[in-house]
Amino acid sequence: MLPRVPRSARHVAVCLSAARPLAHFRPHMDPDPNRPVETTIRTKLTDTFKPDHLEVHNESHMHAVPPGSESHFRVLVVSSQFAGLPLIQRHRLVNEALKEELSSCVHALAIQAKTPEQWGTDPTLAKSPACMGGSKGDQSVEEKLKAGRG
Amino acid sequence: MNSLIRSTARCLRSGATVCLLRPADGPARAASARFLCEAADLQKDLGELVKKDKVVVFMKGTPAQPMCGFSNAVVQILRMHGVDRYASYNVLEDQELREGVKVFSNWPTIPQVYFNGEFVGGCDILLQMHQNGDLVEELKKLDIRSALLDAEKESK
Repeated sequence: MLPRVPRSARHVAVCLSAARPLAHFRPHMDPDPNRPVETTIRTKLTDTFKPDHLEVHNESHMHAVPPGSESHFRVLVVSSQFAGLPLIQRHRLVNEALKEELSSCVHALAIQAKTPEQWGTDPTLAKSPACMGGSKGDQSVEEKLKAGRG
Repeated sequence: MNSLIRSTARCLRSGATVCLLRPADGPARAASARFLCEAADLQKDLGELVKKDKVVVFMKGTPAQPMCGFSNAVVQILRMHGVDRYASYNVLEDQELREGVKVFSNWPTIPQVYFNGEFVGGCDILLQMHQNGDLVEELKKLDIRSALLDAEKESK
């Protein structure tokens, strides 16, 4: 299981976001410059929600897919646009923003959609459950991986 | 929709031998017509399916043997609340169901949870409902008493 990023590191990341694109620092993984899907997801969520805080995690390595895949993601979006909206509507908005990716290369998308107040009260990133191997030998996942490689 | 297509699809499904009129692209046309008809029928069937039981879950694998961590999480959360009897449909066994339910729910991922015919959400939403107490309330509306209420009572 990946270690959780400590709150202080996340705070630093937010402060630096004005200077450079927000990137989740994962010291045990070498940064991969060739992450087109992750980049697109980040861009679309930023453009759509103007978030106060955004995290995009490629969790493909936690699943039964080849190394370097961009098929399984977890996103955390903190935006005042979610105020007054029930969870399902918030998630539908995120799904809509990433409609293209979800119909092509992204097989799984875990979503946390919080208002700034909710994030202030509980600034934690949820953890994805352990993979149970469902993607292995799954034809539709293989097709999505091919779609991702263009 | 063309009544010939409808009746053809019905016959094909029932396994009866059907003689199709064959224009130049006959077999392909029949196959695509059958596909269209079956897809529409699936949407209609899903509409009935999600109302048949109080709790309906479309998942990968089965409650006894989930094949995906997110589907397993849904199963475990329901189990924690004492919800062990519900309708579950394994999308890994049926590619048409897998794609059809995404269209039906307008939701791109599996698992998918329905309460009383209404789409609740996926694993993330169910987990948050469990954490914030909403799930106990929603189950109450289904006349299902969450086991967590009894567990709370015992601990007092």
